[in-house]
Amino acid sequence: MVISAAPERVLMKGNEAIAEAAIQAGCDAYFGYPITPQAELLEWMARRMPELGRVFVQAESEVAAINMALGAAATGARVMVSSSSPGISLMAEGMSYMAGSEVPVVLVNVMRGGPGLGSIGPSQGDYLQMVKGHGHGDYRTPVLAPSSISEAIALVADAFEIAERYRTPVVILADGTLGQAMEPVVPVYRMPRRVEPDWAANGRGGRRPRVVKSLHLRPEELELHNDHLQAKFREIAAAEVRWTGELLDDAEVVVVAYGTAARVARTAIRRAREGGLRAGLFRPISLWPFPSAALAELAPRARAILVVELSAGQMIEDVRLAVEGRAPVGFHGRTGGMVPSPDEVVASLRRLWAITEPRNGEPQRRRHARSTPTLPSRAARPTPSEPAITDEPALQEVWR
Amino acid sequence: MTTPLVERPTSPADASAPTGTAPAPTGTAPRIIAGRPALLHDKSTHYCPGCGHGVVHRLIAELLEDLGVADRTIAVAPVGCSVFAYDYIDVDWIEAPHGRAPAVATGVRRVRPDAYVLMYQGDGDLAAIGTAEIIHAAARGEGIVCVFVNNGIYGMTGGQMAPTTLLGQTTTSSPLGREASAAGYPLPITEMLAMLPGVAYASRGTLADAASIGRLRAMLKRAMEMQLKGAGFAIVEVLSNCPVGWGMTAQESIDHLAVVAETYPVGVLVDRPKAAATAARAAQTAIPDPLAATALEA
Repeated sequence: MVISAAPERVLMKGNEAIAEAAIQAGCDAYFGYPITPQAELLEWMARRMPELGRVFVQAESEVAAINMALGAAATGARVMVSSSSPGISLMAEGMSYMAGSEVPVVLVNVMRGGPGLGSIGPSQGDYLQMVKGHGHGDYRTPVLAPSSISEAIALVADAFEIAERYRTPVVILADGTLGQAMEPVVPVYRMPRRVEPDWAANGRGGRRPRVVKSLHLRPEELELHNDHLQAKFREIAAAEVRWTGELLDDAEVVVVAYGTAARVARTAIRRAREGGLRAGLFRPISLWPFPSAALAELAPRARAILVVELSAGQMIEDVRLAVEGRAPVGFHGRTGGMVPSPDEVVASLRRLWAITEPRNGEPQRRRHARSTPTLPSRAARPTPSEPAITDEPALQEVWR
Repeated sequence: MTTPLVERPTSPADASAPTGTAPAPTGTAPRIIAGRPALLHDKSTHYCPGCGHGVVHRLIAELLEDLGVADRTIAVAPVGCSVFAYDYIDVDWIEAPHGRAPAVATGVRRVRPDAYVLMYQGDGDLAAIGTAEIIHAAARGEGIVCVFVNNGIYGMTGGQMAPTTLLGQTTTSSPLGREASAAGYPLPITEMLAMLPGVAYASRGTLADAASIGRLRAMLKRAMEMQLKGAGFAIVEVLSNCPVGWGMTAQESIDHLAVVAETYPVGVLVDRPKAAATAARAAQTAIPDPLAATALEA
């Protein structure tokens, strides 16, 4: 692959594009451990970082990798780590410490099927883990979810910027498809401006010594520290919301999807329109902060909302919280490394359309009560290619 | 640079005078024989009376000062009683998760080639939860000095058994004494590390008495110099006491260090500055084939 200063169209693999974007964003050090489907990211770094006189260490485990990142970033270096789901679980401890001691690191999770060793196929099964706070304690982490390789390149630079601006770990949440796929892209790299870290432990020199730590043994002191962290999270929640939409203006039925699921949904809404069903796509890019306000505004105009995920239903919880009953919410998900086909999603859109009622200005409560869908009986279970669409949380399971 | 202390009276007559209030003998200028190292904060520690951590902190503060590296030192604190080391020694510190100090220190080492990197770990931290991290940092020959304080117990959490606990030793999690059949054998981790080619210096000292502390100081100095020579990884294990965890008085616990040393012999295991380390590395790369040896004997 050719890396060129002048943007030109090149074919890039997701993992390698993310790695190169980090290098071009001024990443000083990378620490990782081999795991499929993100291994090419580590391999790219192994070759490129020493070439540039920067730091690459293949750690003895993901536990060590994240802690090497903690040490390097605590001295003020710009640092990236990457892994995939099982390895991310091992990094949870370090993430909590970085959140507590306010150390900026960019972490890439190229999600694979789980639980456990799972599969190496693409998945979005780590949504709750990533978005609700992987490690222990009261904290949030910004999570950016690219849906294409060129977007991944742009978000890597954004991630470093957010990490350093707010002194927080930031997650790039991709999946096996984004990591492994090759796409023609016009890479536009960006190096965020460096700000002198006036908190970093980089040798006291003539100044007073600094301590980068998360321990505050006195409850009064820890509560103050937590208040400070929460204020920071509110600031991020207000300033760092990212989302995009397609064909939303006249959409009767709105698909909410991110990452690879959104790629499938893009095709699905167009096919649905070809069949006369006005569908649109709402695509969260920041999963935390979740674009709740934008979705809430959209919901009353939608006949129904269909959440599509490569999981058994995780982001749907945030969609429901945002929608607050202002529209029926259905779900279409595949797990284990399976990716739904656009036609599967179109079929779900049609079924959802069929069991909901048009918006006609009736009072929300009454309309909603009458629109409670007829649920499939257990005898009439959908086949695997026909996942359930219901408005009932108890029936959110993917029928197999 | 030290904060001067006045020499204590030594004559039998003066010894009966109230401690700390005896005036200097008239007609002689006070002679400074000891003091608080400037790098040690002027505050009481949180350590239990009789605990060895204070002595080790002092030695580190003295040596960082002697070597002139305090301004560029980035120290890594462990989890355990000594997590608060950063409250006592006046350099930049990073707090590591439990057992991860060698990984954190590796990150520091790699991005800050000019820094002096020191880590302080206890035996629960280093020899139990952080076993992988210490072995691999040593195997990589990271230019880090590790001060490993081994008191054979988890002091901070209430005196539970550690991998380093002696056989037969009673702790709150081995109430009938550590039995090898259930809990295995004490882990001689410094010996394990000493066999790695990346390790330039490995030794074990003890806080058993003043002379031993003097020898320990020399060991620490040697270990800390290895980093300045670019020789590789250096570790000093310190046999320390835990009077509260061991259920002993301070003096009993210090006397008991002689028993501890029967399991963990005191001495220098490896000392190879750069040239020697390179030779050792070359020698150790060729691991002897045990089958070949058997064939020869047959």
